[in-house]
Amino acid sequence: MSDPQTQPSGQVATAGGPSEPPASTKRGRPKVSGDRIAQLGPLIALIVACIFFATQSDRFLTLGNFSLILQQVMVIGTLAVGQTLIILTAGIDLSCGTVMAFGSIVMTKLAVISGVPPVLAILIGIGACAAFGFINGALVTGLSLPPFIVTLGTFNIAYALTHIYSEDETISGLPSVMTALGTSFRIGGTAFTYGTLVTLALFAGVWFMLSQTTWGRRLFALGDNPEATRLMGIPVKKQLLMVYVVAGVIYGIAALLLVGRLNVGDPNAGLTDNLDAITAVVLGGTSLFGGRGTIIGTLIGALIVGVLRDGLVLMGVQSIYQVLITGILVIVAVSVDQLARKRI
Amino acid sequence: MSTGTDKQPILQARGLVKRYGNVTAIDGADFDLYHGEILAVIGDNGAGKSSMIKALSGATIPDEGTIMLDGQEVRFKSPLEARRAGIETVYQDLAVAPALDIATNLFLGREQKRAGPLGSILRMLDHKAMRREAERQMKMLQIGIRSMSQAVETLSGGQRQGVAVARAAAWARKLVIMDEPTAALGVRESGQVLELIKRVRDNGLPVILISHNMPHVFEIADRIHIHRLGRRVAVVSPQTHTMHEVVGIMTGAVVHDLEHPGDEHEDDKGPGATPAGEQQPQ
Repeated sequence: MSDPQTQPSGQVATAGGPSEPPASTKRGRPKVSGDRIAQLGPLIALIVACIFFATQSDRFLTLGNFSLILQQVMVIGTLAVGQTLIILTAGIDLSCGTVMAFGSIVMTKLAVISGVPPVLAILIGIGACAAFGFINGALVTGLSLPPFIVTLGTFNIAYALTHIYSEDETISGLPSVMTALGTSFRIGGTAFTYGTLVTLALFAGVWFMLSQTTWGRRLFALGDNPEATRLMGIPVKKQLLMVYVVAGVIYGIAALLLVGRLNVGDPNAGLTDNLDAITAVVLGGTSLFGGRGTIIGTLIGALIVGVLRDGLVLMGVQSIYQVLITGILVIVAVSVDQLARKRI
Repeated sequence: MSTGTDKQPILQARGLVKRYGNVTAIDGADFDLYHGEILAVIGDNGAGKSSMIKALSGATIPDEGTIMLDGQEVRFKSPLEARRAGIETVYQDLAVAPALDIATNLFLGREQKRAGPLGSILRMLDHKAMRREAERQMKMLQIGIRSMSQAVETLSGGQRQGVAVARAAAWARKLVIMDEPTAALGVRESGQVLELIKRVRDNGLPVILISHNMPHVFEIADRIHIHRLGRRVAVVSPQTHTMHEVVGIMTGAVVHDLEHPGDEHEDDKGPGATPAGEQQPQ
């Protein structure tokens, strides 16, 4: 009796001369899956956006501007990593931005006002974000509540707690450990922040988890067909809860990046970042229906958001129009996703 | 397969009872599955056949009665326990993840990890080995799919069900339960899946086939278990009974007397009409 965890038992293959295969191979090439389009589309959109802005502004295609885009993308991109995990499970997280803000206030206020050692304060801040992830996940899995409503609630709770705890004060005079990720190093005269490296490392780590590990494959499966995944003996609820907690930890890392970038603890930060993060994920080709998407797509999606913001600023477009364009973009991206699925 | 083991059912149930409040879903049901056979389980809607199958596959826990797997009593508390004991189930609604590839679907929940610390610590998947094994499995069942990294949604309905059947056949050590495996399929694709089910049996795994489709049942079943009002009322052979007679027993139009087999039909002297539970597969 073979161990069911290692190898299919594979009953003896004695039967069958070469009869006609039941599932015919006569069909032509396999249908192109909607995912193919979803994978190439974002890259093309990014290139088109870059070409467009390059024709509109001389400053767009410079290393300095590229570095600036990366810095702006850093926080949104990190939030989008956590958001990708949740959207892959067919969920959504509206609370990511305010949870990040709460984490940043917790770590800065503890360090500056309460005199907690900075490294410990950072860990507590990340822990606070993980706790929010746990609450989201517990409500979604335990009470089977829709993620949209749960995270709409925690979005407000995190926002309120941030303002209550900070007493609406911006916290400055941060210890250097806390702002280290905002400091920069130079490559050929252009400054890049260390935080950018953290973000890229996070993308690489999550790519590995999603494509190379059991955990990642199961995450796709539970987003794609939760019932089938459950029937295969996978503890779906436990894994789903884990996803929300992991996303919370990632928001905590985003909080640290935010603090490094702003050099202060700002209670008003992150209020609209949830939509930017969701936009990045959706523009990157991840389906809101779950089970389909790539983390590299999210990186491209975040870059699209960053390039648009930056390019529009260079063109002298008022910031309110940027919000307008982001809103339109989300709807376009979701429509493309929906239409691509319908064709299958 | 030695003839000696054929005497003993691979899966046997005696006197199963399951009540839900005032409703008795299983009312003293018996069940026998032998080595090397396809046993069709049929019954009208509400006859309680799916409740019985659920009890056999661990999805519900019966209130009374015993279940013996290979001569040993088993008490499954969950489908996972039944699966660990070697019973795999194929569900009618194509329980596969369409966006994932064939190899991933075949190994879902039982992924093969890399050797050494890459697998044990990083839980890294051995994509190559899983693809190789998937290919071997699909070839063995003669399912003509070329690439194991193809998403399941790019396959036809018959091929998709083929993936589900191949998965069950790959992991089952004792038997496979198929719950309406052709219900969602067209005529041609149903035919492919029926062939596939025969091949699973010929490769050495007994099959329980739950189906509403009489032509399908008569095409591939070795014996037919007829369920009515919460219990087994007859086990017949498709060789000795016509579809009409079987439907008659199933709906109660013909009373199949277990004590006096053959009474309901004068011409019927075939072995298929022996009392349920004592009959052996041919």
